[in-house]
Amino acid sequence: MGNLLPGPNPTFREGMQTVTQLYDMTATELARLLREKKVSSVEITRSVLGRIEAVEGKIRSYVTVTPEIALDMAKEADARIAAGDSRPLTGIPIAVKDNMCTRGVRTTCGSRILANFVPPYDATVVGLLRREGMVMLGKANMDEFAMGSSTETSYWGPTHNPWDLERIPGGSSGGSAAAVSAGEAIVSLGSDTGGSIRLPAAFCGVTGIKPTYGSISRYGLVAYASSLDQIGPIGRDVWDLALLLNVLCGHDPADSTSVPRQYPDFTTFLDKSVKGMTLGLPQEFFSKLDNPEVQHAISEARAVFEGLGVKFVELSLPTLDYGIAAYYIIAPSEASSNLARYDGVKYGHRAGEFESMIDMYCRTRAEGFGPEVKRRIMLGTYALSSGYYDAYYLKAAKVRTLITQDFEKAFEKCDAIFCPTAPSPAFKIGEKIDDPIQMYLTDVFTIPVNMAGLPGMALPGGMSRDGLPIGLQLIAPHFEESRLVQLTAAFQKTTDHHLKRPTL
Amino acid sequence: MEYEAVIGLEVHAQLLTDSKAFCSCTTRFGAEPNTNTCPICLGMPGVLPVLNRKALEFTVRMAIACNCTIRETSRFARKNYYYPDLPKNYQISQYELPVAEHGWVDVETVSGEVRRIGLTRIHMEEDAGKLIHDENRPVSYVDLNRTGVPLIEIVSEPDIKSPEEAAAYLRTLRSMLVYLEICDGNMEEGSFRCDANVSIRPKGETVLGVKTEVKNMNSFRNVQRALQYEIERQTAMLKDGERIVQETRLFDPSTGATASMRSKEQAHDYRYFPDPDLLPLRVDPALVERIRAELPELPAQKKERFIQQFGIPPYDAGVLTASKPMAEYFEQTVKLHPNPKAVSNWIMTELMRELKGADESDISTCPVSPTQLADLLKLMDSGTISGKIAKTVFEEMYSTGKDPGKIIEEKGLVQVSDTSEILSLVQTVLDDNAGELEKFLAGKTKIRGFFVGQVMKISKGKANPALVNQVLDEELRRRGSK
Repeated sequence: MGNLLPGPNPTFREGMQTVTQLYDMTATELARLLREKKVSSVEITRSVLGRIEAVEGKIRSYVTVTPEIALDMAKEADARIAAGDSRPLTGIPIAVKDNMCTRGVRTTCGSRILANFVPPYDATVVGLLRREGMVMLGKANMDEFAMGSSTETSYWGPTHNPWDLERIPGGSSGGSAAAVSAGEAIVSLGSDTGGSIRLPAAFCGVTGIKPTYGSISRYGLVAYASSLDQIGPIGRDVWDLALLLNVLCGHDPADSTSVPRQYPDFTTFLDKSVKGMTLGLPQEFFSKLDNPEVQHAISEARAVFEGLGVKFVELSLPTLDYGIAAYYIIAPSEASSNLARYDGVKYGHRAGEFESMIDMYCRTRAEGFGPEVKRRIMLGTYALSSGYYDAYYLKAAKVRTLITQDFEKAFEKCDAIFCPTAPSPAFKIGEKIDDPIQMYLTDVFTIPVNMAGLPGMALPGGMSRDGLPIGLQLIAPHFEESRLVQLTAAFQKTTDHHLKRPTL
Repeated sequence: MEYEAVIGLEVHAQLLTDSKAFCSCTTRFGAEPNTNTCPICLGMPGVLPVLNRKALEFTVRMAIACNCTIRETSRFARKNYYYPDLPKNYQISQYELPVAEHGWVDVETVSGEVRRIGLTRIHMEEDAGKLIHDENRPVSYVDLNRTGVPLIEIVSEPDIKSPEEAAAYLRTLRSMLVYLEICDGNMEEGSFRCDANVSIRPKGETVLGVKTEVKNMNSFRNVQRALQYEIERQTAMLKDGERIVQETRLFDPSTGATASMRSKEQAHDYRYFPDPDLLPLRVDPALVERIRAELPELPAQKKERFIQQFGIPPYDAGVLTASKPMAEYFEQTVKLHPNPKAVSNWIMTELMRELKGADESDISTCPVSPTQLADLLKLMDSGTISGKIAKTVFEEMYSTGKDPGKIIEEKGLVQVSDTSEILSLVQTVLDDNAGELEKFLAGKTKIRGFFVGQVMKISKGKANPALVNQVLDEELRRRGSK
């Protein structure tokens, strides 16, 4: 079949670390072994399921694990491979965040209100995974309705960071990132509304991309903030992400906000030189950065990129400071409307006792939603109320336009923007859960990217003294995911941060 | 002090698309509850709406017909409120940027005056489901078959001055919608619904008074009754020095009165905001031009054409074009029997009498087909039957649905046009009434009518009246000259 799957230089990688377990390998490596018939999908799947059994008690990456379904899918994948009917990722196990609908498999969105909800339909992305012949392991834990930066707001309890079990994995796609980091999945799907793929990827030491808004269908993704929500892949390195982007990006007529355009073969950017490219350093980001370890990681990474022939330019994104404020108007406003449907009438949780219809609504929602979801529903309801709309929602929408314009101007001077993913490494479970503002500030570097609908990549950039991963972030113009793939691949060929695995 | 009413109407019309506004479910009426549904119209988690382009085209048709400005870019917005018939607990509607604005329609009132009523806007939205309340238990059932059926809302300016004008405006709108084949206009089934905003003010005043919104008027008659009641109520209040409260009031058809439903303070805050699931709606000017070119003839145009082409009086043309099926009935009949005046007269008198003032669109259920009516008129023209007999035959046709020829044959109603046969009838009458004949011949010529009547009588109405007159005159002349 030839070199259908361009990948990292094997000698380089083998030189860094001896990989012994299938669950520890990347999708790119496993796909090669599958193609060479050196391993079966059932073997890979068993290895991952075994790993889940071994470590899930510590990590809690999953809301629901579906071993029978996974093994059935693995058998089908092996049959496809045997029949010569396979695609690049056929037979590779994947975890899906629990806010993407899976036909016949409970989709709870990390909430009590959907604790018993079994969708009769697949999200478009889930359909794409099936078409690809990937093996679905189960549903990854998440902050309730994706509202959170730590996966602590999940009705099912927090996910633990594989690098330090007392710490949060980041959120809201904490389960998806932790699973990949801990070998409980080879790759995973997350969703990112304000940083929900990139932050946990950074905190768990894996690679994750939030593609351009509109590049991956949102159909079947349980909506939090529709104008910001974006599905994206998480993997150990960018080679795996390129393969997944090839599967996921594309126009979907079922999603009106999906953009009809041709997407490139992202794997063709893995080996392109980055020499002569320019990265922008937004001063507003770095002025906020007070963590010396993160600063150090940024400097080191800058030196690596410079060694690859990349130039750096300082630039200004003046409206960035308003990103979080505007986000916490727009996202809760949309959420207050999106979550109105959970009323106990049609599906999901319904209060056991009530006196009237209104009482049923109130009790159902009081019981079904956690405090963070309630907080955001109230924020959004208030912001949209008559008399306040202009001052809040409309103003925030204008700020959003300005942020987008700021980025557009910045991209006149650079090919991509370079900054941290988070102001610090992962914090402790419980540390910020009672201080919403501190929690919200975790997303200061990621939120503006969603506000502008841009693609953003989180990639490992080294470790703190405490042994916690530090994440870097690259931001590109709309639909320039390929540029992020190119830069990240060049960086990961030169560094070994992405090869580190937590000890469990 | 004299007061005048100011009325604005909000009309909801269900569009006749095959599928729903934002999913592919059928819009067919009358299916088992909750069978015409899918995850999208059921508002299940994660689903997304995709606009039915046909619904947009239908909306544009009405917008063009109502002389609206069509926005190249409009927006869908969410109208947020909780109700079990609304699965998402928001309705996809339009708020700040509707598809069409600034239109007008000309409305002919009962007195024949033409009034131009301004339209503020026409926008698209989705219908809600239906609640069915158990009569015996405190339980309600939800049927979501209607959920997501496309609607247009047509909002008028406060240009309407009386309940009669309101009804005329509604009839005009409904007729246009039916002509455009985008709505069936059925008020009882709710595919054409109306809410009213009513206020009154001293005559000559330009500032608007405090308005009330009146709901639950499911027929033209009830709209008139409700508005009449509301105007009288408000007038009486102002005359008594009371203040009108801004509120929503429900009309009760059994009492003819309106009653307060909710006050301004209790009014919903719908928290409208642009629907992030739907992109700004762009209406290509080329699409508008295509639809404009393909627009069917509208009632006003048809009326004008009927006057010109068929030479019928404006009043008749107005009646015949008020509903599309009626106009089609007329045109089909004229095609088969090219005597527009006669056809018009027959429809306006005999046929409408039989329809008994029922909704004119009921012509679709008329048992007499255009072909049958044309046949009848032909039989009359050819002298096979008299006009008087024709009326009898028509009644028979209407009640039995039989062809006129068959009825005439069965009942032996063929007109007697044989001169010798009529002569013998005339002679019999004159012979039998020798005294009357003597008086006639003595100069009492008025008696002639009596003879005609007698001849018609013994012929059981079948004698050709023209021939009877002719033969009678000849026979009278002959007998007088003897």
